[in-house]
Amino acid sequence: MASNFIGEQSGSTIRGRAEIALIGCNHQTAPLELRERVAFTPEQALRAAKELCNSGTIEEAIIVSTCNRSELYGVAEESVESLPDTLISYFSDFHKLPLGELNGRIYQRAGREAAQHLFRVVSGLDSMMLGEAEILGQVREAYKRAAGNGSTGPVLHRLFQSALEVGKRVRAETELGTRPVSVAAAGVKLTERIFGDLKGHRALIVGAGAVAEQVVENLRARGIGELELVNRSFERAEELARRVSGKALEWEGFEAAMVRPDIIVMSVSGSTHLLTRSMLEHAMLARSGRALCVIDLSVPRSVEPEAEGMYNVYLFNVDHLGEIVEQNKKAREAEIPRAEAIVDEHVNKFLAWQSSLEGAGLLEALRHRLESERQSLLASHFNGAHGGSSVDRERLEKLTRELIDRVVELPASHLRRERKLRRPVEGLAALRELFGLDDSEDKEKP
Amino acid sequence: MTYSMGMDIAALVLYAASFTGYVLHLYRGGHWSGRIATLLLVLAIVAHYYALLERSHVIHAIPYDDLYGSMSLFAWLLAVTYLGLEVFHRRRAVGFVVVPFVILWLAVAVVVAPSRVPHDPAANGALFALHITIGILAYAAFAISFLLSVIYLIQNRVLRRGRPGLAFWRFPALDVLERMSRSSVVVGLVALALATTLGFVWEHRLTGHLAMADPKVLVTLIVLAVYAIYLVLMRASAWRGARAALICACNFAIVLFSYTAVNLYFTGFHRFF
Repeated sequence: MASNFIGEQSGSTIRGRAEIALIGCNHQTAPLELRERVAFTPEQALRAAKELCNSGTIEEAIIVSTCNRSELYGVAEESVESLPDTLISYFSDFHKLPLGELNGRIYQRAGREAAQHLFRVVSGLDSMMLGEAEILGQVREAYKRAAGNGSTGPVLHRLFQSALEVGKRVRAETELGTRPVSVAAAGVKLTERIFGDLKGHRALIVGAGAVAEQVVENLRARGIGELELVNRSFERAEELARRVSGKALEWEGFEAAMVRPDIIVMSVSGSTHLLTRSMLEHAMLARSGRALCVIDLSVPRSVEPEAEGMYNVYLFNVDHLGEIVEQNKKAREAEIPRAEAIVDEHVNKFLAWQSSLEGAGLLEALRHRLESERQSLLASHFNGAHGGSSVDRERLEKLTRELIDRVVELPASHLRRERKLRRPVEGLAALRELFGLDDSEDKEKP
Repeated sequence: MTYSMGMDIAALVLYAASFTGYVLHLYRGGHWSGRIATLLLVLAIVAHYYALLERSHVIHAIPYDDLYGSMSLFAWLLAVTYLGLEVFHRRRAVGFVVVPFVILWLAVAVVVAPSRVPHDPAANGALFALHITIGILAYAAFAISFLLSVIYLIQNRVLRRGRPGLAFWRFPALDVLERMSRSSVVVGLVALALATTLGFVWEHRLTGHLAMADPKVLVTLIVLAVYAIYLVLMRASAWRGARAALICACNFAIVLFSYTAVNLYFTGFHRFF
């Protein structure tokens, strides 16, 4: 039956032609100052989405707001021609920004382009750092919050679930996000090339600046066993150690501490070599020659160049890591076509689903129309002076109901079976095919 | 007696398909290409086993009488040992190095295989069969440790130069390569010690004495000694790393010498490969 079909498609309410619209700005269209002003906190995002839905402007809304983008996805029942302008106005009002400031900074997408944009975003194809992984989690969180807030419906549910699937597939099937593209991440990846799993290993970080912090984050993400931090300013080392569950050491204890770790990261400023070959030789003797990886992120270098080539000491400096980063960036770029192919595949799937949903809405509207005509005809016939008996009325009611069911069932079953019909239904030829008008003539022939 | 090569060819095709899977796994990543490569390797090992079984049925003994049988058995044990290491260490990245050697060994065996199977009635019995089979298993394990050591040395060099290529990121870490190589040496050492003991027992039963002065026996004892030294050195941190890998790779030269030159030109009774 047609009603079953509609239920299968949407999973909730039946709707007519629903269009997706997107407005937003990102690192490519807006400077940081503007991005800061149009960013939504999670609470603001939920409130704005709810307000838009309640105002009747749109039926469904999700706002994705990260440090590099603020995007508003909406679904409207009818044409979205004026919708982007309405959304931009709301955007401007919400953040108390003159519309003029947003001129040329906001992009608008609708239908296919909107779906494609979201799929590219979750894949990391639209990110500042190509293939970054964080965006997938950020979109997932935005979707979960909106779903919990009740501002989503069947279209955005499907769109965002498809988007999360695309994000996972791109990361699993391509190398878009596998190779490190920051110096800190590349250094940590190199240590894994030596020690494998970092879980049972110990690292000593010399310095407590931003780069050192990045290294620490990467080491923690890779499951490093123990972390020791040493800095000229003990307070800063202690503060960082507290944040990353490490142990701060006094600057004077640096040389003695070199015996324990398998990884030493140097990220300090200064013109002298803090780590000399003789210091490393002593340390290697004390540690019975166990392999040691030294990552020197300081410029000028804080490890004596003569230390290079020592047995079981692996020394990397910023030049080595920079070269790896460049190589990895190129490798990531080479993966773009494979990622785009996955995006396109899912955009087509989503549009096919959306068309089938629209088709189901169309059929349901037709059923309602036929039903109301049926009721009206029956009423006029039986309420008149020559109205038939109750038995006649019952038979006629049953007959006309069955007739409607048969009329609607045919296109519904066509939609169920034939994928090509799920593309946007446009033109009379498609409608003739959808309603099986050409087939019905053949069937009537003896 | 004639022997059909159908299963050997099937095994070769499956090994080649498995190799393609390992290469894809190395360059494109993803779990599926790796899993398919391993599955194809398992199928190849099964097909290869049936090829060896068929040959055994023809000669009523383990197929080691001739160069073909020995090489085919060696290739099979190489694949089996590698599969064991892959499962134990959960690393597939060196499959693309090991499987080509399996293919090469089996392909050469197929090409040089005689259509008529020779057989020495003296070389029969379970003890003798075990002696030879376990001996070949030891050679296969040493061959894998050699390949792993070579990969270690290459990767170590690449790391030291600080300019790794794209495939570099897919290889196992130095530490993993070292552990895989050590596991392989342990398997080889135990297998060779067992094979040597079984050989002594078999010879004593057959002749009533032990031919300790035979070059094959002497070289085998040297092989046992150098690999035992390798394992002892591996316990000291200062020897671990590139030095240990170099020793392991050099040790294999003695294994090769024992497997080829000694068998062909020096030994009196170890004419079996």
